[in-house]
Amino acid sequence: MSLFSNTATLLGKELRTEFRSRELLTTTAVFILIVLVLFSFAVTPGTEEARQFAPGLLWLAILFASSLMFQSCYLREQTNDTLSSLRLAVSDPFSIFLAKLIANTLFLLLTEIIMLPFFALFYNIPLWSKLPVLLLVLLVGSLGISIAGTAISAISAQARMRELLLPLLLLPLLTPVLVVSSLVTGNLLEREPIIQWKGIAFVAVFDLVFLTALWLFGEYLLEE
Amino acid sequence: MTPPRVPPTGLRFENIDKRYGGLFALRRVSFAIAPGECVVLAGRNGSGKTTLLRVAAQIVKPTAGKLTFPGASVDSSTNGRPGYVAHTTMVYDELTAEENLLLFAKLQNVESPAARAEELLREVGLIERRDSLVRTFSRGMRQRIAIARALIHRPSVLLFDEPATGLDPLGISWLAKTLGEVNRAGCTVVMSLHGESEISALATRAVQLDAGSIVADTQSGASLHSILTFGSA
Amino acid sequence: MAKRLILGAVALLLVIASAYASFYIAPQERTMGVIQRIFYFHVASAWAGFTAFFICFIANILYVLKRAEKYDWLGVSSAEVGLAFTTVVLITGPIWAHPVWGIWWTWDARLTSTFILWLLYVSYLLLRTLIEEPERRALLSSLFGIFAFIDVPLVFGAIRWWRTQHPSPVIMGGQGSGLEPTMKAVFFFSVFAYHVFMTFLIVERYILEKTKAEVDILRREAEAQ
Repeated sequence: MSLFSNTATLLGKELRTEFRSRELLTTTAVFILIVLVLFSFAVTPGTEEARQFAPGLLWLAILFASSLMFQSCYLREQTNDTLSSLRLAVSDPFSIFLAKLIANTLFLLLTEIIMLPFFALFYNIPLWSKLPVLLLVLLVGSLGISIAGTAISAISAQARMRELLLPLLLLPLLTPVLVVSSLVTGNLLEREPIIQWKGIAFVAVFDLVFLTALWLFGEYLLEE
Repeated sequence: MTPPRVPPTGLRFENIDKRYGGLFALRRVSFAIAPGECVVLAGRNGSGKTTLLRVAAQIVKPTAGKLTFPGASVDSSTNGRPGYVAHTTMVYDELTAEENLLLFAKLQNVESPAARAEELLREVGLIERRDSLVRTFSRGMRQRIAIARALIHRPSVLLFDEPATGLDPLGISWLAKTLGEVNRAGCTVVMSLHGESEISALATRAVQLDAGSIVADTQSGASLHSILTFGSA
Repeated sequence: MAKRLILGAVALLLVIASAYASFYIAPQERTMGVIQRIFYFHVASAWAGFTAFFICFIANILYVLKRAEKYDWLGVSSAEVGLAFTTVVLITGPIWAHPVWGIWWTWDARLTSTFILWLLYVSYLLLRTLIEEPERRALLSSLFGIFAFIDVPLVFGAIRWWRTQHPSPVIMGGQGSGLEPTMKAVFFFSVFAYHVFMTFLIVERYILEKTKAEVDILRREAEAQ
C-alpha cells in the first residue's frame, strides 16, 4: 500500500540524514547525561532518597531532551522548503508524520539506551534483570512523546519564538506520560519489582489517542 | 527529453481568490491554459505570481475558486501532479544528488527509480556530481537539481517560479534550451518572469498580474513585449 | 443589544442569588464549618469552566472543517472564559484547603489536574499571540486546542492513578460524600447560575472579537492603499 511504501521511503530518508551527521543523537544523549548529573546534585547521592527520585528524574530528563530534539524536526524541512516537495510527492500526507514519529521514537530510544548504564551508575540501581520490561516502558513512553512531539512541533514551527513555544505547548500535554511512566519505572526498579501492566496499558492508550488525532488532523498541520 | 507520462494537460483557474487576513494575494483570477502552451506570468513583485504558481502546484489552497487540469488522467495519483520549481531547491542539502532524485522517484511510484534518476542526472548535466551532497552545489547546479526533481515523475505540467534568478548568461542559455525541449516534448510550461530574455522568447502566451488580478493577456490582443515590460514601453 | 443587556442582568442576578444561597440558605456543614461553603463557588466554577472548554473544543473542530471565522471567535472567547473560571477553581481550592489542612496546596488529584488544564489553555492563548496572520492563527490554535482537549481526560486519569499510589488529603471530601437535599439544591442552582454567567461572558467576548476582526480588516485595507 502506498502509505506504507511512502512511509518506509521517508523513514529511510530521516534515518540516513540523521546518521550521516549524528548531530541530533549526540546532542540529545549529552543533554540527558548533563541533566541526570545536575539532578543528582539536587539529591544526596547514594541514599535511599536518591533511589526514590531516580525514576522520576530519568523521565524528566527524557522529556526535557525531547523538547529540544523536536525543534529540528521541521526546521530541517524549512531550509529548502522540502516540506512542499514532500507534500507534492506523497499520496497521503500522513506518511510524512508516520516516518517522522517512527524516526523520532528510534532516536529517543537510542539515546535512552545509551543513558541507561550511566543512570544505573549514578543512582546505584541494578537494571540488568529488569531490562526487558524497562525497555518496553521506555518504548511505549517514547512513542507517546514522539507522536505528541511530531504533531506539536509542526504547530510551533509556524509561530514566533518557536524555541520557547515548543516546550510550553508540549510539556503540559505530556503530563500523563511523565506521571505514569515514572510511576511504572519506579515500581519496576524497587528491590522487589512490581510490573504495573495497567500503567503500561495507559500510556499505550495515550499513544493510540494521539496517533488517531494526528491521523485525522495531520494534513491540516501542513497546510499553507 | 523524455515525453510526459500522461497526455498533454492544460490548466483552468476559475475565480481563484487567495486571502491572507484582510489582503487579497489573488482576486478572482480566471483563465485557462491550453495543453502544450508555454505561458509567462509577468508582473511586479507582490503582484501574485508566486501565489498563483503555488496554487497551481496545489501547495496552497485557494480561499475560493476552482482549479482543474483539463485532459489529465482521472486517477489522482501524484503522477498527475505538476512539476514545480521555486526559489529554493526543495531537495535535501544533506543528501547526494542521486539520493535526492531516488527519494522523489520512489515516493511518486516512478518505474525503475534508479534508472530514471540516472537518466535525469545525465539530462541536466549533473551525472559527474551524482555522489556529491547538494550542500556543495553552486547556484546553477542547484537550479539543475531542482529541475531534475520537478521532472522526475514526467509531469505534463511544469510550473517555474522566476527561473532566471541568480543565473549567469551561460546558465540562462542552458535553461532556455532545456525548457524549450521540455515544452516541445509535450509538457505545458507556466513560468513567472521579469523582463525579456532568451527564456521569455519561448513563450507562446503571456499574462500580466497586478495586485492579484489579471490586467493583460496576449490572448486578448496585448503584445508580449508590453506585458513583459509591464506596459511601460 | 437589548438581549445582551437582559442576559447580563439575569446572569448577574443569578450569581448574586447563588452567593446569597451559598451563605444563607445552605445549611452549615458539620465538620468543616463556614469554609465548606466555598464548595458552591469552587465546584460550580469547575463545571462552568469545563463546559466552556468543551465549547472551545467543538468550535475548534468546526473551524478546521468549515473555516468560518466565527468559529475561531467562539474558540478564543470560550477558552478565555474557561480559563477565568478555572482560575477561580485554583484560587478557591487552596483557600478551602488552608484552614482545613493547614497547607495551601495538597496535591489533590482533581486540583492538580485542573492546574495542568489551566496550563494547557494558557498555552493555547499564548500560541495565538505568537502567530500574526489571522487564518494561520485560527487554524494552528484550533489544532492545538483539539490536541489539548483530548489530552484532558488522560491528564485527569493519570494524576488520579498517581494519587492512588501516593494518597493525599482530598479537597471537598471527594465526590462520594453525600449532599443533604438543601445543599444539593443550592449546588445545582449555583451550577446553573454560573453557566448562565459563562454564556453571558462568552457572548460579550465573542462580540468583542468579532469587532476586533472587522477593525483589523479595515485597518489592513487602509494600509494597503
